Amino acid sequence: MTDHSGIPTEILLKLYVIISKIRRVELRIESLYHEDEMKTPVHLCLGQEAISAGVCATLQTDDYVFSNHRSHGHYIAKGGDLPAMIAELYCKETGCSRGRGGSMHLVDTSVGLLGSSSIVGGGIPLAVGAALASVLRGDGRVTVVFFGDGASEEGVLYESMNFAALKKLPVVFVCENNFYSVCSHQTARQANNDISMRPRAFEMPSSRVDGVDVIDVFRKTMDAVNRTRSGKGPSFLECRAYRWRGHAGAGDNLKSQYRKLDEWDQWMTRDPLQEYEKALVAGNILTEKKKKQITETIDKEIDEAFSFAQASPLPNEKEVTKYLYS
Amino acid sequence: MPWTKILIEQQEPGFDEHAGQDVRKLTFPQALREAMDQALDRDERVFVMGQGVDDPMGMFGTTLDLHKKYGGQRVFDTPLSENGLTGVAVGAAIAGARPVYVHNRPDFLLLAMDQIVNHASKWSFMFGGHVNCPLVIRAVIGRGWGSAAQHSQSLHGLFMHIPGLKLVMPSTAYDAKGLLITSIADDNPVIFIEHRWLYKHESHVPEELYSIPFGKGIVRRQGKDATVVGISYMVIEALRAAEKLAEDGYEIEVIDLRTLKPLDEEIVLQSVEKTGRLVIADTDWVTGGAGAEIAAMVAQKGFNHIKAPIKRVGWPDVPIPASYVLENAFYPGAEDIINAVRRIAK
Repeated sequence: MTDHSGIPTEILLKLYVIISKIRRVELRIESLYHEDEMKTPVHLCLGQEAISAGVCATLQTDDYVFSNHRSHGHYIAKGGDLPAMIAELYCKETGCSRGRGGSMHLVDTSVGLLGSSSIVGGGIPLAVGAALASVLRGDGRVTVVFFGDGASEEGVLYESMNFAALKKLPVVFVCENNFYSVCSHQTARQANNDISMRPRAFEMPSSRVDGVDVIDVFRKTMDAVNRTRSGKGPSFLECRAYRWRGHAGAGDNLKSQYRKLDEWDQWMTRDPLQEYEKALVAGNILTEKKKKQITETIDKEIDEAFSFAQASPLPNEKEVTKYLYS
Repeated sequence: MPWTKILIEQQEPGFDEHAGQDVRKLTFPQALREAMDQALDRDERVFVMGQGVDDPMGMFGTTLDLHKKYGGQRVFDTPLSENGLTGVAVGAAIAGARPVYVHNRPDFLLLAMDQIVNHASKWSFMFGGHVNCPLVIRAVIGRGWGSAAQHSQSLHGLFMHIPGLKLVMPSTAYDAKGLLITSIADDNPVIFIEHRWLYKHESHVPEELYSIPFGKGIVRRQGKDATVVGISYMVIEALRAAEKLAEDGYEIEVIDLRTLKPLDEEIVLQSVEKTGRLVIADTDWVTGGAGAEIAAMVAQKGFNHIKAPIKRVGWPDVPIPASYVLENAFYPGAEDIINAVRRIAK
């Protein structure tokens, strides 16, 4: 685990709260998913929580974030409203997208979440465009886009990186490499597995990040965000972490059929929450008492979000065409 | 809002391809340039992007020298990355800008279908109206001089199929300006398809800013014997056909729909109620195209008015050929409209 010295305690604890919150929300969703009341395909980000937390902790509230189908962690880390997210999973009118989007399409414009695309790589140029709008306005915002290793195979990534680098736009490309596209391993799909070397073709700074280590994510993202906010152009981060669950839904029933189990065992020794918790305890930043307090607060928040979502009304079927046009 | 105080005009004064009246006249591309100029001037959120928009040809003159007036940040050339750059335009729109993305030919929009169909058209709906996408995509249909299969497509039938888009196809300089202003002021993604053969067309274009409402067609010529609905350049062919048919005593009503999405159903139904006969003339393949949609609409809502089979004039089901002999065989024109009318009119 990277040394956290020099980072204010307040931020260190905030990172812990966010990782814990993502973890506990995802586990709660997973535990209730079998009820079939959340009628939308969920893509859980268990194992990847430190990336969302570390990246978004470097951003201001009005900075923009574009997300993808595996969107829960990004939404929570950027400060999206939790009851509205859970209500969206329950396809309710009170959902953040009023039940029109589902799990893959979360939005909260009040914290700069302008939407998530479930077309692989689809959100990448949107982020570049939002950054362009920021430059035209001179509003000083930074835009971050999250995408996966699968999206690094899409042509639109390279079109987007070229344009962002050409115009020196304030955007940070965050690739979450979890090594799998559904059941297909990165090595079965990519001629060269080093995703982080590709942005250098556009003379774009690029780093590989330990996506399990929230401090590594935080520090490297902070460098990228500071650089781009000062007008020096885009950066790229390849954050490596492991997808603990199947591509979609709860659990991973097919695990033994597509994963190498020694790979699995190796990654299972690395838990972003446990590693960070250990480091904070060792650094006297987190006590058992504080940990309990944080966990209880989060669980209460989650209880309330689920109660709100479950009690909320469904969309009115007479309004099926509403919101087509603005 | 910068768009609240625009004169709204619905009826074009004195449409006449060869009129000699003493009014201010502009060609189709001049009218488009004026609309872009005035939009850039009025609203600082507007910007113009596209391959070659700042080059010495200025997109057939429609963007000529605008970069000199508004700077390279608001009027800029783009890499040849249609899908990526369409996404950039969509993202800028989502974040509050008003991009106008100019393409030489609709054929290249096929490279951008993911961003147009999966993203731009769905962003408002998919997020429950919390975000919107005020984007204009312009493209110019080519025709002739051996432009062939990949530089002459129209493709509006594809866009008409997609909910969440608006689809505009002007046929006069006056409409080109007024409809482009409406498109830029609209809060939704608009596909604005022009026709290269209309670029010589000149008509009265007021200097002031004006807006033409979407979903309002216009009767270009009054008649009682048959209705010809024209789309884009085929409005001109329809007017030529009507002139010739008048020599034989047929009074043809010519309707210019101006926008296909929203579609002015009422103007078509009212006309068909009067004439009982309908020909739809399109600049696209007939199969599964805009004409099929209009014919189906009339069959559903105006069945009792129809006294003869509905005729469609459009492209045969093959790609566009290069040789001028084959081009002549491929493209329908006034003669085909005349033949269609003669087959169904009394």
